[in-house]
Amino acid sequence: MANLHLDKPWRTLVDALPNIRGQLGVFQLANAKFEIIFIGCAGAREPFGLKSAVETASARCNTAVHLRYEITSSYLTRYRELLMLYQAKHGNLPQDNPTERLGRLSPSS
Amino acid sequence: MNLELTQEQNLIIAMVRRFVREEIVPLELNLDPDADELASEDQARLIEKTKAMGLYGLDIPPEYGGPEIDLVTRTLIAVEMAQHRAGLYAPCYGTFGGAGLAQLFEATDAQKERYLYPTLRGEKRGFFGLSEPSGGSDPARAIQTKAVRDGNDWIINGSKLWISGADRADFGLVFARTSPDKGRGGVTCFIVDTDNPGFHVRRIVHTLRSAHYATELHFEDMRISNDNILGEVNKGFAIANDRLTRQRIPYAAGCIGVAIKAQEMALDYVPQRETFGAPLATRQSIQWMLVDNDIDIKQSLWITLEAASKASQGLGFRKEAAMAKLVATEAGGRVVDRCMQMFGGLGVAKDLPFERWYREMRIRRIGEGPSEVQRHVIARELLGASLR
Repeated sequence: MANLHLDKPWRTLVDALPNIRGQLGVFQLANAKFEIIFIGCAGAREPFGLKSAVETASARCNTAVHLRYEITSSYLTRYRELLMLYQAKHGNLPQDNPTERLGRLSPSS
Repeated sequence: MNLELTQEQNLIIAMVRRFVREEIVPLELNLDPDADELASEDQARLIEKTKAMGLYGLDIPPEYGGPEIDLVTRTLIAVEMAQHRAGLYAPCYGTFGGAGLAQLFEATDAQKERYLYPTLRGEKRGFFGLSEPSGGSDPARAIQTKAVRDGNDWIINGSKLWISGADRADFGLVFARTSPDKGRGGVTCFIVDTDNPGFHVRRIVHTLRSAHYATELHFEDMRISNDNILGEVNKGFAIANDRLTRQRIPYAAGCIGVAIKAQEMALDYVPQRETFGAPLATRQSIQWMLVDNDIDIKQSLWITLEAASKASQGLGFRKEAAMAKLVATEAGGRVVDRCMQMFGGLGVAKDLPFERWYREMRIRRIGEGPSEVQRHVIARELLGASLR
């Protein structure tokens, strides 16, 4: 079974942004202390996939310093899964995420 | 079976068709291509419209406030409701309401007060928990979740897989083995509250349906009152089986609706699209695809309506429902595949709905009993006791 959590390595936004391509997927933004402040997804309406979705989100999240992302065609379910995992661990959503209608997960790890 | 639709049926179909084309399809232009939900304000607005149409709560019996609609008409409506991008798994995004869990119509009065009526009012959500990691096609034998009597309660341990909506549900129907040596006669249906401390949604299962996920559930010493048994002890399989049989008709109808829409789009496209100096419509290879689509659609539709007609008359319809599910899911897949081929590169892009239908239609040959199980059901009906 694949790891439920997004476990790709963190990179600084400055280094990562020029190299992100236009695939569909999910991403997390973190502050300087590697605390997740936003979870996002790049869907098929996004003009340049992950590239434009991360650019838009990072411009809105003032404290974003780090980025990690995962390319997936199941971007909607993976996005909801990451939000639910975060909520299960912290009791709330990341500071820059809007309220979402979510289910409840109680993962064993 | 009367093959002519009544005037009332034609009016209802026209009304639903207009609703799909004028209310649902325009909203989809601004949604993610894989979306399965509307914005809550759109949802609320459209529910008011379906209520005004007298078609809200289509699967709710009239005595509980649903419209008086026979199963043949209901099937025709399901065919229309599926004719948009999300139509296969989210027909009209739920704006026609649902019955919740139809099994609860047979519940005790106390259970109805606690679970059925709040569900019909939209205050509670339920899930149906049958399939397990050990298998979903033969639930009677595959169920390993155990319920052991403890005074006036039962203690349930085990797990379920491929369960839709459990993470957002307030309660669910969970099937557990209560008599290990009795096969299908040893399964009981429990109504389980999801705030029970022994209830856990362990993970999401990602599938080809990229907007909708199934879940895996674990039950750890989950204590359930004897009052929460739906029906009788060891009689749960009949509840599950009835649901599985009935579900096959609307399941087939959804596939037919999508196939009709895909064919309609292809019929619009091929006279316009030119290759090597002539419209695609003039090519025999294209014409034959359209012909095969039309045959697939008509065969599926008539077999499904026959199943609905028999069910509507109170006649046995197990074989016909299995046949409808088998034929419509396989035909739907072929039709969408041919339409993708006619549209070429556009057919596989997310700009058009074919790629979503193609992925989701593939699931239909497995969900609600795979094609092989449907053939098994039909064979048993044909051969009778010799195969039982």
